[in-house]
Amino acid sequence: MSDELKRLANALHETTPSPSPEARRNAIAAAVENFDRQHQGIQDGERHTGQKAGPSRSWPWRLHMPIPPRVYLPVAAVAAVAVVVTVGFVGRDPVRPGPRVAYFQEPVETADSFHFEIGVQPAAKELPAETPPSPLAPAASEPASSQFGVQPAAEVLRTEPPPPPPAPSSPTDLSRLVGSQSAPLASTRSAESVYRGQQFISDADAAALGPAKLSRRPHIWEPGQADVRERGRDRFIDFEESPLKVAAEDPVSTFSIDVDTASYSFVRASLNRGALPPNDAVRVEEFINYFPYDYSPPVDRDEPFATHVSVTPTPWNELTRVLHIGIKGYVLDRDAAPRANLVFLIDTSGSMDHPDKLPLLVNSFKQLISSLSDEDSVAIVTYAGSAGTVLPPTSASERAKILASLERLRAGGSTAGAEGLRQAYLLAEESRIEDGVNRVILATDGDFNVGFADWNALEGFVERKRESGVFLSVLGFGTGNLNDALMQQLAQNGNGNAAYIDSLSEARKVLVEEATSMLFPIAKDVKIQVEFNPAAISEYRLIGYEIRTLAREDFANDKVDAGDVGAGHTVTALYEVTPKGSGAERIAPPRYQSQARGAASEFGDELAYLKIRYKLPESDTSQLITHPVTATDALGSLDEASDDVRFATAVAAFGQLLRGGRYTGDFSYEDVISLANGAKGTDVFGYRSEFVGLVRLADSTSAISLTTVPATAGR
Amino acid sequence: MTVPLPLLGSQRGLSALSNAIRMALLRLKMSDLTDEALARQAADGVREAFEELLERHYDRIFRIAVRLLGNRADAEDVTQDVCIGLAKKISGWRGESRFTTWLYRVVVNATHDAMRQDSTRQRYERDAAGSSWRARVVDAGRAGDAKWLHEVLGKLSRKQRETVILVLAEGLTHAEAAQVLGVREGTVSWRLHAARKRLRRLAEAERRLGDE
Repeated sequence: MSDELKRLANALHETTPSPSPEARRNAIAAAVENFDRQHQGIQDGERHTGQKAGPSRSWPWRLHMPIPPRVYLPVAAVAAVAVVVTVGFVGRDPVRPGPRVAYFQEPVETADSFHFEIGVQPAAKELPAETPPSPLAPAASEPASSQFGVQPAAEVLRTEPPPPPPAPSSPTDLSRLVGSQSAPLASTRSAESVYRGQQFISDADAAALGPAKLSRRPHIWEPGQADVRERGRDRFIDFEESPLKVAAEDPVSTFSIDVDTASYSFVRASLNRGALPPNDAVRVEEFINYFPYDYSPPVDRDEPFATHVSVTPTPWNELTRVLHIGIKGYVLDRDAAPRANLVFLIDTSGSMDHPDKLPLLVNSFKQLISSLSDEDSVAIVTYAGSAGTVLPPTSASERAKILASLERLRAGGSTAGAEGLRQAYLLAEESRIEDGVNRVILATDGDFNVGFADWNALEGFVERKRESGVFLSVLGFGTGNLNDALMQQLAQNGNGNAAYIDSLSEARKVLVEEATSMLFPIAKDVKIQVEFNPAAISEYRLIGYEIRTLAREDFANDKVDAGDVGAGHTVTALYEVTPKGSGAERIAPPRYQSQARGAASEFGDELAYLKIRYKLPESDTSQLITHPVTATDALGSLDEASDDVRFATAVAAFGQLLRGGRYTGDFSYEDVISLANGAKGTDVFGYRSEFVGLVRLADSTSAISLTTVPATAGR
Repeated sequence: MTVPLPLLGSQRGLSALSNAIRMALLRLKMSDLTDEALARQAADGVREAFEELLERHYDRIFRIAVRLLGNRADAEDVTQDVCIGLAKKISGWRGESRFTTWLYRVVVNATHDAMRQDSTRQRYERDAAGSSWRARVVDAGRAGDAKWLHEVLGKLSRKQRETVILVLAEGLTHAEAAQVLGVREGTVSWRLHAARKRLRRLAEAERRLGDE
């Protein structure tokens, strides 16, 4: 070997880089989590290995895997070792009785176990704490290693009956059928990696690694921050909370209606992973509008909305009031619904190759198809490296054909979103149904990185197509690359709605239960304007709708686009208002202006005046609905309000707390829970119960972040 | 003796014991198994086997990634990506080559993806050109060698760098390296030769600078 290469070889050998232990641990934990997901995604069914699910997979008592003969030979000797090890282990922990020591029951003192507590997964408690002292312990406590008969052994060793399998309590259980990350082991693993990330990344390391570096690791808390905010590569529209306004100076509040729910399901997915969402992922109005409310609908299609207002005391501030505005869209009889011409535009880029994405998407669309009538038509366009029509417009009566096309979808390649969008609109226009619903339903996990030069071009395209009567709905899947901001923009520009689908039950909610709402608009460009009477209200604040606010003059401008409402949709908006003279004003009155300015005494008992502008789907001119809010709408206590009003208030409080609770005083997650618990109503689909569970999760997650911060900061 | 041992007193007790033995066997055995046997089990969905494989090879993956990419942060990312990807890839392992050979190929390919993002490559090249960023790659105390090594590796072409690292640092034969890189054996020899020539020119340049 030449001198040069020898020197190089020596240098290479003498400067072997060693990995940082925390990176090592994190990587292995993440990999094992993914491994579990691969193999547990489909419960009790076939696995992804592509191998036959033969008898070797049935775990009891069978050692099917190839063992080198030399291990079999000294069986007696090894068995003796095994017994000694077991006994030694028992002896090491005299406090606990006999065989149970193989388990670390309720290791409450570690952050790990705390996570297990909130993980809602019963299996989690059974995992051992760090560094098991015996080589036996990991085997004895890993239910996943069922193939070796380990699990039955563990059951026998325990003096108690084995833990029940995770109860199918939440909708995420459904998602497990398609392999979502909520499989019990996967979630405990992620809890562990969260803990480790927090524990072992020092500030110096963090600085060296830089923010981009940290964000690439799944489920890691950013050190040195007051909150556990998971952002990853998901992108959201940044916004500030709506500011407090003085009614005397700025009495008019205008915003576009919004029926999107993506924010709530995204935050739910985040919390279920044990991470608080980033502030900007929390859009309070989407939280509130996620839930069905039982407002009475209008009787006549000519006036598509029924309006309900009430004023109640504010649970988080005894001096202010909450103005609750509930709007219910006309309920369309499903049989009378217009025919639908749907084009599914499905992202099949490589990143969709994940149980939470393409498989979930396919199953979601299957549900949607099952709810279509035979006169409807469906086409499928995919886009990956190149865009292609998978299924030309096909009558929904040919279900088998449509389902087969869905089944054939495979992920791979980059994302030629722009071309896909063009093709989808082309198909939708070709098979256009006059007086029907023509809609492109885009399902994606991320952005369009190939095609249009920039967002504006893309938005412009969608906006132009809107004129042709083809609307756009956007469904988001998965996390890690979700371009929520783009989804919102597209849906808003395309006269559509955006939803985030994290589980089959969410798919059912969006695509089946609310299919008529999503598919059949009853009004478009719906805007709300509230004028407050300065004689009665001194300050007001719109809760949520930050990214939907409109300029005052745009309310009556029919050229300005706004949100759409589908059949049966409910829209709810809340204002926190400060009654004049209550003493709760946060903004001091100006020194040089008369106090009496603008007081309109002739409207004495009017608190505010509500105006709604909308266009019927086929019309270009808007119509106006008005509704005064008077003292008679005011209730003396929150208990008098309907379940719906109280629940919406609880949800609003929760959203604000997640965003930092700037205006919510010392109102706590606990308070949200008790308020929501008392307002569940019939809760047919269990959404409200699930909400309460979610608040609990947020409570414990933020508690962890608060208790661990001093440790990090002190370093 | 009519009083049975408590543990052996019932069918249940017996199977408890036999399972305890079986479990111990498994744990002991896992570390005995060859990479290939572990990989086969991991492909079958045995989590312990997969974990053992990662424990065994994480350092190796990281080591190669650092040297190929030239900085720790990218290397840790790539290593993590490789590990996570292995969870899926392993099920496609067919045992046609040694596990490490297969693994080397996976890692090298993963670094290609990372290098495709220009920033990584440019950083390596910029560093090689003498910017202040250095030596986080290696342990402190060997800064001189580390600095030299980093510069040298940065001045080789990507293909030369891969070949040099596999052969000189990882100790692969030319034939094995060829298998990893998907080239002919002669190509590996040629690349080493080219790398040597490059190093010689660098050494000469160094000497000239030293003389001035």
